[in-house]
Amino acid sequence: MTERSDPTPALGTTPTLGSTPAQTVGPYLHIGLLWPDGPEVVPDGTPGAIWIRGQIFDGAGAPVPDALVETWQADPDGRFDHPDDPRGARPSDVPGFRGFGRSATDVDGRYGIRTVKPGSLPGPDGVPEAPHLNLSIFARGLLHRLVTRLYFPDEEAANAADPVLGSVDPARRATLVASPAPDGCRLDIHLQGTDETVFFAV
Amino acid sequence: MTTDHLRSTGSGSGPGDPVRPGGLVLPRYRHDDPDTHPPMLHPDYGSTNLRAPRQPLALLPHRLTEITGPLLGTGRLGELDHDLTRQHDGEPLGQRIIVHGRVLDGNGRPVPDTLVEIWQPNAAGRYRHAGDNWPAPLDPNFTGVGRAMTDGDGHYRFVTVQPGAYPWRNHPNAWRPAHIHFSLFGRAFTQRLVTQMYFPGDPLFFQDPIFNSVRDPLARERLVSRYDHAVTEPEWALGFEFDIVLRGREATPFEDGDDDD
Repeated sequence: MTERSDPTPALGTTPTLGSTPAQTVGPYLHIGLLWPDGPEVVPDGTPGAIWIRGQIFDGAGAPVPDALVETWQADPDGRFDHPDDPRGARPSDVPGFRGFGRSATDVDGRYGIRTVKPGSLPGPDGVPEAPHLNLSIFARGLLHRLVTRLYFPDEEAANAADPVLGSVDPARRATLVASPAPDGCRLDIHLQGTDETVFFAV
Repeated sequence: MTTDHLRSTGSGSGPGDPVRPGGLVLPRYRHDDPDTHPPMLHPDYGSTNLRAPRQPLALLPHRLTEITGPLLGTGRLGELDHDLTRQHDGEPLGQRIIVHGRVLDGNGRPVPDTLVEIWQPNAAGRYRHAGDNWPAPLDPNFTGVGRAMTDGDGHYRFVTVQPGAYPWRNHPNAWRPAHIHFSLFGRAFTQRLVTQMYFPGDPLFFQDPIFNSVRDPLARERLVSRYDHAVTEPEWALGFEFDIVLRGREATPFEDGDDDD
């Protein structure tokens, strides 16, 4: 078991505790991780709401019907309602904005999240980040979550200047940029293969 | 800092924007030892073969999206979500157990007010799920899902029944050791963790590729709960303690005196 460190020492003088290892969600994740409002980052009827949809494929090109996609993002002003944001926590002007979305894939490997497009973000080095969502992917056969990002197709200039996209092999950068769709945008995720999505160590 | 310069969604922003570098001092989270978490590709666990990425992971620096995360409140919880034995008209069959512990970060600090989600099979080892149809009985009084928030000291507590082991088709005569799935958010995207809690001394560990996918034996041991006689309640339930450690922060001069926990 983990060691107890009591009383809680001040940060900086702390002996570090080893993290609890990740394990797969397995095939029955739906029992524990599905919420009726999971895919709704914003409520129904929110002005400017978009759907982000896509399919997840395995290395044989088969859809992955038992995965879960989670999204995390800033609001349209580029703000987080979170105390660790050094600009201060700020509730979104978008009523009901949760920042977080969760969608299981269906039998065809399809996921869908209703949200609003995030704003760009200032960076610690003065270089802004283009609007993006962070995605976590969980599934049977994934012993640890996979992390990727979604960038928007109508942000060509901002994407070109984005420090994270810029750090990725140019030949694979397109795997992180969604394509336009009638009600939002679409990003397929390829776990393996010639079109393998860029995944991140976070 | 005003937010006006952030209002455009990217098209108007560029490197020249007036972002004060000193205004954005961000915490960074330590990277875990490489053998703490399982490798994505672990051929003994057959399902990884077509699902594990083959390209190396790219490094994602810790910026605003990574150091924040969903702080989901008690609004998501029903009154009996922490007690899996009281979610139906009758009590589920099986050994009643109390599973409790603390959620800590790698600095030993409690992670308060964070959502803990669990799911598990019933005492016979059967999940209430359309995909699980091996010939063990379902229990009409057991769903197998629980939710709780940690308190100010990072403590959580569930009441449930001892989950059964169950067979799967990964290898000949394959059985999963008894386990409870745990999902944790922590306070930042970097800390998100889904794991499994096992029970001490399980004779099925030796043949389980999921448990053994963790290479570091000390890290693997952190997946195993401890029998807790102090929490065991006379004539009622056995106690098990399972502490969970999420990634800690790098120490930086800026965080001295940080008392936000």
